[in-house]
Amino acid sequence: MIASLAVALVHIAVVGAGAPLLIGALGTLKARLVGRRGPSPWQPYADFRKLLAKEVVVSTTTSWVFRATPYLLVATSLVTALIVPVATVRPPLAFAGNIILLVYLFMLGTFFLALAGLDAGSAFGGMGSSREVAVAALAEPTVIVAVFALALRADTIDLGRIVERFGSEPHLALNPAHLLAFAAFFIVMLAETGRLPVDNPATHLELTMIHEAMVLEYSGRYLALVEWASAMKLFLFMTLLANLFVPWGLTEPTGPVAVLGGLLALAGKLSVLTLAVAVLETAVAKLRLFRVPELLAGSFALAFLSLMAVFLVR
Amino acid sequence: MNRLVYGVIAAMGIAAAGLGGYGMAGGAGTLRLAWLVPLGGLELTLDPLGGLFLGLIGLAAAPASVYGMGDPDGGGRGRLAYAVFVASMCLVPLAANTMTFLIAWELMSLASYALVLHDRESEESVRAGWIYAVMTHAGLACLLAGMLLLGAEVGSQRFADWRAAAPALAPATRDLAFVLLALGFAGKAGVIPLHVWLPLAHPAAPSHVSALMSGVMIKLGIYGLLRVSLDWLGVGPPWWGATLLVAGAVSSVIGVLYALVEHDLKRLLAFHSIENIGIILLGIGSAALYRVAGLDALARLGLIAALYHTVNHAAFKALLFLGAGAVVHATGTRNMEAMGGLIKRMPWTAGCFLVGSAAIAALPPLNGFVSEWLTFLALFQNTRLDAVGQNLVFTLGIASLALTGGLAMACFVKAFGITFLALPRSDAAAGAHEASPPMRLAMLTLAAACVALGLGPTLVVPVFGSVAAAILKTPPSATGGDWLTLRVAGEFASLSTAAIAVALAASLLVPFAAFWILGAARRTRAYETWGCGRIVQTARMEYTATAFANPFKRVFDFFYRPSKRLDIEFHPESRFFVERIEYENPTRSIFDDWLYRPALELLQAAARAVGALQSGSANQYLAYILVALLLMLVLA
Repeated sequence: MIASLAVALVHIAVVGAGAPLLIGALGTLKARLVGRRGPSPWQPYADFRKLLAKEVVVSTTTSWVFRATPYLLVATSLVTALIVPVATVRPPLAFAGNIILLVYLFMLGTFFLALAGLDAGSAFGGMGSSREVAVAALAEPTVIVAVFALALRADTIDLGRIVERFGSEPHLALNPAHLLAFAAFFIVMLAETGRLPVDNPATHLELTMIHEAMVLEYSGRYLALVEWASAMKLFLFMTLLANLFVPWGLTEPTGPVAVLGGLLALAGKLSVLTLAVAVLETAVAKLRLFRVPELLAGSFALAFLSLMAVFLVR
Repeated sequence: MNRLVYGVIAAMGIAAAGLGGYGMAGGAGTLRLAWLVPLGGLELTLDPLGGLFLGLIGLAAAPASVYGMGDPDGGGRGRLAYAVFVASMCLVPLAANTMTFLIAWELMSLASYALVLHDRESEESVRAGWIYAVMTHAGLACLLAGMLLLGAEVGSQRFADWRAAAPALAPATRDLAFVLLALGFAGKAGVIPLHVWLPLAHPAAPSHVSALMSGVMIKLGIYGLLRVSLDWLGVGPPWWGATLLVAGAVSSVIGVLYALVEHDLKRLLAFHSIENIGIILLGIGSAALYRVAGLDALARLGLIAALYHTVNHAAFKALLFLGAGAVVHATGTRNMEAMGGLIKRMPWTAGCFLVGSAAIAALPPLNGFVSEWLTFLALFQNTRLDAVGQNLVFTLGIASLALTGGLAMACFVKAFGITFLALPRSDAAAGAHEASPPMRLAMLTLAAACVALGLGPTLVVPVFGSVAAAILKTPPSATGGDWLTLRVAGEFASLSTAAIAVALAASLLVPFAAFWILGAARRTRAYETWGCGRIVQTARMEYTATAFANPFKRVFDFFYRPSKRLDIEFHPESRFFVERIEYENPTRSIFDDWLYRPALELLQAAARAVGALQSGSANQYLAYILVALLLMLVLA
């Protein structure tokens, strides 16, 4: 009990404190790749401090949904952090519902954030909400189907045990289904976390943006919470991708050394993945909005093929 | 008078629920009145499955009736039809022979037909009633044919005898009986493509009746499908289960796709009923397939998922229809584009509708999530089957269930956000008022049921497990767990919605702690929405439901086949001044275009061809009689 509580605290601390660094590092790397000096990787922390010191402006049109959503969003991200194998293969809330729970928790966050976008009654918020749910409605099923494709071959749907199984029997990964699932998951990760080529986190041009339009009405500490939650979402998706497809370095939480080893392995994997995302983001342009669903439908099809391949190629 | 009638019906509902609970607990009972009706007499039997559905009807009828008490414009007319409707629904799951079943079934259909015609002035209602009558009687014809066929082959009209004789029947007879009965029941359940009546008929009835039609009546179609595929006809060939699974996959995705582009609030909910019937069918289909393969534990799991979703859907769909009824009553319209801002005018209704929306979108920790989770697990374990064809059918089920989840979430963002949030889009919405106390009581009860069914799967699943075991005739399942965590298939997977709820509640405190530690500013200023410098914000600047659904319309345009009509009236002096714009972007139903219209044309052509015989001359008719007599003599 004490041990799993300690692991839970480690998970929350790592995800909560590490997520802004991931965003910052991504920004720095992208700037360097195009020849700018760019901000320091610690910039997001300074941004959060600035936001926390500011006054909040709440539209008189809004209801309690608008004010409750930032807290709920952070809560869903934190609970998700207890389901994803971050530091060990036995995340503390693994017993509560696995990959299906993970996806539906993200949907819970999306649901309320989209409602908050509609709540202020501005056209931008509605536009952002509509686009965000259109992306999420196609992306989140893909996560379930892609992870199921892995789970079927590992013969368990416990995320930690999938990692263990592929870690101990790497030959299982030698299958076209694995590659398809990876491609699908990677596309979805970019879409779900609002990265290029689906959304441009740097733009504030209202006709192209998705996430930024939806949270346009938020300010001060509410905005800090919303941004923090979406940073954690990116962190968790990248962690899931890294640990599911490179399943080494994580062990059972036998002691502090094992947990620390898992974290170090994760840091290494995330560094490589961050570099990959940064290179990709500098190399591709944003897709036209109505091409995005085609990309997502494609990734859903990849995940579905991967699921079928489990039975056809066995 | 009004209150008395509805109060008595509510009390009867609770009594029926008590009887149903007794049946689920294993209590059996039979009532025979041979003299009452011909051909076998009236015969009622209580068994666990019948008890479950009886309990469901009773528990849904109670809040719906309480709501009817407080509904000023829905309650007055049609009280008798409503009473007959509830009573005949209670009889259906108890019926033990063909005659009793068909009488109860037809009474239920006729009473609901009368309720659909509640608003006789409106042309739309009349058309809805007409299509409902045609579809429901086409279904009845299928049921009648199937039941008479089985009765003739077995030599008895009692369902208990069918059960005993089914394994000995010729496979072709069983297949034919399955097809006929399944078609009849699927029509009542609203399975695509037999769904056309549902989105027309459900919204036309008063809201407490819509709640019962969507929440319970179509579930009696599910009841029939359960009896046909798992009980009366014994263990069937794999294609029965596979057909149900594919029908479930198609219904769930297409139902939610239609709901996404629908802006009539009650019709949107009706389309979601089709979606949820599809999800239930995924569970039933997997149970049937696992049973054929001899995997009893998995068959039970699939059936538990289906039964759980049946009950859950009754809870949240009744809640949503009652909420929609309160909104329609307050604003006088069903069109979402004329609503908005209701969360401030109707806070109770809005809160209950939000719970229902989150539950139907399967968001944790509410009840929809639990049953979809169980369905996912039932579908997922098809690796235990060793038949690639069946495995692929299951993968289709998994993909469609996943897709349905995402699309349902999107649809309820629209349904709740456009209806309740932001500024009112019409004067009627601006002047809306909260629902009356009985209506609020009914909605709060159902919202509490959604939460309880979500947080207590460890208490609910063993009950469904024993019902499932009784249908499948296997020993009670080992699926259970301790008081907090539900374990499925031994240690294979576990679920704890209580733990999720506690973790979410605890995590809500983290931001407050962070603010306190980091010394965040507490100042909050109320100001108007940021408006790019314009002077006032009006409702015309808000996003509409049509705009909200437009990305989906574009992504799935191959399915919706939208057409666009833009009508602009320019000022006579200059084309730069627009006087009036009319924009229409309707979608078309592929089922109307490709299935029903050709079928109707064929029918009409056949009628015209036969019409040639009808000359109107008495001599000719006498000749027909003579020929018919001669033919009969020759053939005999």
